[in-house]
Amino acid sequence: RSCILVSIGGKNIMLDCGMHMGYNDDRRFPDFSYITQNGRLTDFLDCVIISHFHLDHCGALPFMSEMVGYDGPIYMTHPTKAICPILLEDFRKITVDKKGETNFFTSQMIKDCMKKVVPLNLHQTVQVDDELEIKAYYAGHVLGAAMVHIKVGSESVVYTGDYNMTPDRHLGAAWIDKCRPDILISESTYATTIRDSKRCRERDFLKKVHESIERGGKVLIPVFALGRAQELCILLETFWERMNLKAPIYFSTGLTEKANHYYKLFITWTNQKIRKTFVQRNMFEFKHIKAFDRSYADNPGPMVVFATPGMLHAGQSLQIFKKWAGNEKNMVIMPGYCVQGTIGHKILNGQRKLEMEGRSTLDVKLQVEYMSFSAHADAKGIMQLIRMAEPRNMLLVHGEAVKMEFLKGKIEQEFSIDCYMPANGETVTVTTNPSVPVDISLNLLKREMALGGPLPDPKKPRTMHGTLIMKENSLKLVSSEQALKELGLNEHQLRFTCRVQLQDPHSDTDTLHRIYTHLKSVLKGYTIQHLPDGTVMVESIVIKVSSSTEDPNTKVLLLSWSYQFGSDLYCLKRGFFF
Amino acid sequence: MAAHLKKRVYEEFSKVVQIPHEEAPAKKLRLSKPSKSAALHIDLCKATNSTDALQYLLHFARKPVETESVEGVVRILLEHYYKETDNSVRLKIASLLGLLSKTQGFSPDCIVDDAINTLGNEKSHQVLAQLMDTLLVIGTQLPESPAVRQRLIEVACKHLSDTYFGVRNKCLQLLGCLGMVDTPLTKDNEGLGISLVPLKLRDVQSIISDYFGDQDPRVRTAALKAMLQLHERGMKIHEIIYDQACRLLSDDYEQVRSAAVQMVWVLSHLYPESIVPIPSSNEEIRLVDDAFGKISHMVSDGSWMVRVQAAKTLGSMLQVSPQFLEQTLDKKLMSDLRRKRTAHERAKELFTSGEFSSGRKWADDAPKEKLDTNTVNLIASGACGAFVHGLEDEMFEVRIAAVEALCQLARSSASFAEKCLDFLVDMFNDEIEEVRLQSIHVLREISTHITLREDQLDTVLAVLEDSSRDIREALHELICYTNVSTKECVQLALLELLKNLNKYPTDRNSVWKCLKFMGSRHPTLVLPLVPELLSTHPYFDTPEPDMDDPAYIAVLVLVFNAAKSCPTMPALFSDHTFRHYSYLRDSLSHLVPPLRLPGNGLDLVDSRCGLGSVESAQLFLQQSLNRVSTIQNLEAPGAQDLLDFTIRDLRRLGELQTELAGAADFCATYLRCQLLLMKVVGVLSILEETYKLEFLYSGLDSRQVATIHHVRLQAKALQLILTARTRLDSLISSCEKFLQDIESFQRLFLTELPHLQDSFVDKLLELMPRLSSCKPVELVKILQTTLRQSGLLQLRLPEQIHRATATIIEPTGESDNPLRFTTGLVVALDIDATLEHVQDPQNNVKVQVLYPDGQSHVIHPKPGDFRKPGPDRHRLITQVYLSHTAWTEPSQIEVRLLLAYSSSSTSLSSPSKLGWSDSIDSLPTPETAVEGTIPFSKPVKVYIMPKPARR
Repeated sequence: RSCILVSIGGKNIMLDCGMHMGYNDDRRFPDFSYITQNGRLTDFLDCVIISHFHLDHCGALPFMSEMVGYDGPIYMTHPTKAICPILLEDFRKITVDKKGETNFFTSQMIKDCMKKVVPLNLHQTVQVDDELEIKAYYAGHVLGAAMVHIKVGSESVVYTGDYNMTPDRHLGAAWIDKCRPDILISESTYATTIRDSKRCRERDFLKKVHESIERGGKVLIPVFALGRAQELCILLETFWERMNLKAPIYFSTGLTEKANHYYKLFITWTNQKIRKTFVQRNMFEFKHIKAFDRSYADNPGPMVVFATPGMLHAGQSLQIFKKWAGNEKNMVIMPGYCVQGTIGHKILNGQRKLEMEGRSTLDVKLQVEYMSFSAHADAKGIMQLIRMAEPRNMLLVHGEAVKMEFLKGKIEQEFSIDCYMPANGETVTVTTNPSVPVDISLNLLKREMALGGPLPDPKKPRTMHGTLIMKENSLKLVSSEQALKELGLNEHQLRFTCRVQLQDPHSDTDTLHRIYTHLKSVLKGYTIQHLPDGTVMVESIVIKVSSSTEDPNTKVLLLSWSYQFGSDLYCLKRGFFF
Repeated sequence: MAAHLKKRVYEEFSKVVQIPHEEAPAKKLRLSKPSKSAALHIDLCKATNSTDALQYLLHFARKPVETESVEGVVRILLEHYYKETDNSVRLKIASLLGLLSKTQGFSPDCIVDDAINTLGNEKSHQVLAQLMDTLLVIGTQLPESPAVRQRLIEVACKHLSDTYFGVRNKCLQLLGCLGMVDTPLTKDNEGLGISLVPLKLRDVQSIISDYFGDQDPRVRTAALKAMLQLHERGMKIHEIIYDQACRLLSDDYEQVRSAAVQMVWVLSHLYPESIVPIPSSNEEIRLVDDAFGKISHMVSDGSWMVRVQAAKTLGSMLQVSPQFLEQTLDKKLMSDLRRKRTAHERAKELFTSGEFSSGRKWADDAPKEKLDTNTVNLIASGACGAFVHGLEDEMFEVRIAAVEALCQLARSSASFAEKCLDFLVDMFNDEIEEVRLQSIHVLREISTHITLREDQLDTVLAVLEDSSRDIREALHELICYTNVSTKECVQLALLELLKNLNKYPTDRNSVWKCLKFMGSRHPTLVLPLVPELLSTHPYFDTPEPDMDDPAYIAVLVLVFNAAKSCPTMPALFSDHTFRHYSYLRDSLSHLVPPLRLPGNGLDLVDSRCGLGSVESAQLFLQQSLNRVSTIQNLEAPGAQDLLDFTIRDLRRLGELQTELAGAADFCATYLRCQLLLMKVVGVLSILEETYKLEFLYSGLDSRQVATIHHVRLQAKALQLILTARTRLDSLISSCEKFLQDIESFQRLFLTELPHLQDSFVDKLLELMPRLSSCKPVELVKILQTTLRQSGLLQLRLPEQIHRATATIIEPTGESDNPLRFTTGLVVALDIDATLEHVQDPQNNVKVQVLYPDGQSHVIHPKPGDFRKPGPDRHRLITQVYLSHTAWTEPSQIEVRLLLAYSSSSTSLSSPSKLGWSDSIDSLPTPETAVEGTIPFSKPVKVYIMPKPARR
């Protein structure tokens, strides 16, 4: 599950608020007391951002907002806002009504929670408050999935949520501009995988279904209600259209129908093909795919059925499976991962006899196929995103530690940026190099411009002389004269002096003259003056000679220079030593 | 002559008109000022505020200005320019200056100085930018004067340091368009003795390249574009630019990156063999390889415009080394740090191991060996996997560009073609039809390099069930050119094609054609299949298959074509197969080749046909023409008979030799015209035939066009003589018209006149002064004698002549069931036709529907209904809407295709087109432009029945 807390520029933001599906006790929700100890969440958090509607990213939202108590803004994209409550409600039904659990959020709580949601549009910059702004980018993965760019002052964070860099049949690829965030927080589910082209998998899938249909067999595809199911529907629908096939395709009713409705609405969030053709026909208005009725399973002739849930552990998909398992013409295609212990997992591992409840056994004669249609970015995709965004630091979440280690090494090697991979509950601190804006007086700027080349080069830093004044809450850069005037101070000059003893039998004036001629010969290109008051000036350095009181042969050289002219001194030194 | 006179008169007349105009404003202004500028001046003086002035200027800009008055107008505008305080007005004036200097015939060198002077005092950056633009226009108008250019370049260099991006943009643009191509600037400066400003000491390229690092992305883009402009103008870009351009590939802005991709591409073509070091190692590679790698990298850019650009560019980098090329298709898969085989590799392995089922087991793609973490390269460095990315891109534009690039590269490298095969086959499954279609076409183009494996063929053939007709037909076309490796492949292809035939019976012709090529390409693979295909049995007689079954015909087409180059095959045929052969040989002769069958009379007939080679036919054609040319006088005895026979011979030759059909037909038609002229009959049909000659045949040179026009002129003369006999009232105008015709002939074929000696027109031109002055009756007499005296103009044998033909495939005209519809409503009739050698069919081909009551409709099909399956071939698939009032009985309508022509547009082949359009300018003669249509397909009858509406 995902639930990340970011403190940036004095703001606290919660990224995603997911729940763990594996636990049935308190551990399934994040420990919100960790954040504030005792205080109210609203006081501590500036906003909550939900990247997409999967429960491991938004499942704990009603619990947090209603049961723990949070009244601040919650940001999510329009499709997420539409689909999220359906999933939450469905989940609530299963846990409370079927498993009979108490201490769980109610329908009303979901509704109340949704009232706090502020919808986001793609590429729309939303000002949460004066300093904090967020912007959503397209992330692929599922309908409405977004990456968010969070910015406070000059510091910024990008959170990817789950994303997909390769387009599929209904969604496009994630995209982000070169926003150069301080940290990029990326998921890393497939940190150690590079996948084959989607087209091969699709072709295999279609070929298998097609062959089975032509043999007159029935095809069962167990799916979860949202996401992959729609992709496969589109895939089959277009294939049926292209190949002029007549066999019926059914889709189990309920949740999916509702969700399909939203897929029809949010056309702008889908891929190029669907966006371009929806004027003629919305791809989600399926021509060949009809709602399934329990009685259809016994109909003769070929058919394709999508049924929930995806791992064949319960419900409609299992019922249909039992009916069809005996015929070797039939086929079941598992489009995703199956947890150990489920029937899906067993048959995928080649088990041909299944023990059902009530000690009956089921002979599995139908064909079993596996196809992976997953919508996370693979290792290459993650690297591609890093290349697009050019972050200064990288933070990997949502993956297995061992695999992340590999990716971490790769990222550090390829991009030479720091990469972190905190465990749950661990905090990572990244120091940034914030730029401090300073007002500069126009006069000073013009003077500097006159000194420099024709145009300032924005990519190179440039040094200049000036005085930085910090007054009240503002910073100002002015010329030193102006600063003195403004502050009512007198100008002081700092001079450094130094005595050098020389053994020289000549008189003072002679010595001075000799030094003068020597310097003159050595330091070409510097202005060297012999002044009438018995001093030699090299640029701004003054040299005086006096005999020491004890020994007239020991001459004392007095050198004096002001603070700014250290470089002149250097050349003078050179003059003496050579 | 008359035209010259007329022109002169016209000029004088127009001069006369101008004088009063000049005088009117002269009281207020300088004497020489023409009307236009005066009016403008008055307007501008009247203008009290800037909005008014702007209005006047806008109004002024809408009307054209005569060449003579441009300079005056410019002076006035400049005068106002200095007075004007408002920026927008000055901007408009500056843009007007540019517009005016583009006026045809006006040489802007006189205003160069003024224009440059205006720059000096200008404060507004926008106006400065506009002025630079004006200077650019002036500069491009004066390509012949290096001094002006030199000055302009100096001015541009001076303003390059402006703080406003627009000014810098324009300056760079100017440098790009005007920078000296042949010599560096330094030399010029010394030569001209102009004072040496440090900037000018360097050549244009280095000045421009300084701005590659400008802070404004628009200026960076402009700098790159200017450099590309220099390249286009023929300047050799220095190699040092390469590094700078490469740096710009990682710019933040897409337009900069896009331009940089182009720049790198240009340089890779200029210096393909230079050696560049690889940073962070001491290896060195060729520049073209380096550039290829860098552009490949851009295929995974963030902006899709850049991706398209990069993918397109890759296709034209043919000099790249093979190892870099092959990297673009490289992909390594892994799962949990273990090497995984790609689906392509698995398919190949399955194929080589002889197993055919795939994917029955779960995890047959299970990762095998463990990978060393250090060797995995996650970020695509260099060319790695560029096409893998490009083909899986989210935007179909990128995918199409990538497919095209693959095609170009594969055509030049057979090994690459072999490698990219898997990827192209994958693209057959793309979600967008255009991409699928494109990849099928591409595969066809590279099919000479490749042989499909069985699993690949399987994937390819799966597409045959596609419901889109375009896709299926493209695929048939592909199968025509495909090589397969085993007999199983042939069988598979045949099975799939038969399935296709069963599902879409309309594909009949296309499927048969496909099998024809399949058979003739793989005779040895077909041989072992023959008994099975023809279902013969060594001991038993099998029932005779139905001869009308399209599937059986398909099989026979395959077998007969294979048998052509496999003499042992006929031994396997059963009796009825021979009978079917002779039937098909007659009914579908284009699909069934002549065979040498043992002990069969057919043998003789067929072999004789085969012997007639193109050369001998060509010789025969030439001889026939020579024979005709011996006819000196048309009235000589036997001349008519000779022509008659020659025409008959040529027509027959055209039927026998398809390669020469165009030429033979052309000659025959021409001779027929001559014959008709000789017999003095059917003037109108001669005219019609000449239009056919001119527009129905492609590949004519101007000599032939002149000959055709000459015949037409003769026909017109004949027409005139005939009218003179019957109707005297319109004789004068007819004569006028005829004289005009002669003139336009002379103008059109000035270069051809020497070849037309002793011809009708030659004689007429000699008599021209007399003709134009004499009376109509006299003219007719002259014509009569010249026409009789003039000999036969010899036709030079055209080299490559093709006759435009059209065949309506659908409707077939065989249906006995009338198409019933309710009167007042429309019914759509599907039309499918192939067009050959038709130029610009989108504009010229029309469908004509003739109803039994004589009504005829001409329908112009949509441009999208035309497809181009091959060179010089088009396919028209369209629907025409029919409607009519109620009939008592069903009846037939005729549908045919028309070729529209217009003598003003397509009269001559492209080289002489320029002269033609010029002559149009000088003397517009709309009355001579003849428009019409030529039916060029056999009419097809369709049975329809409009029923009365029920009330």
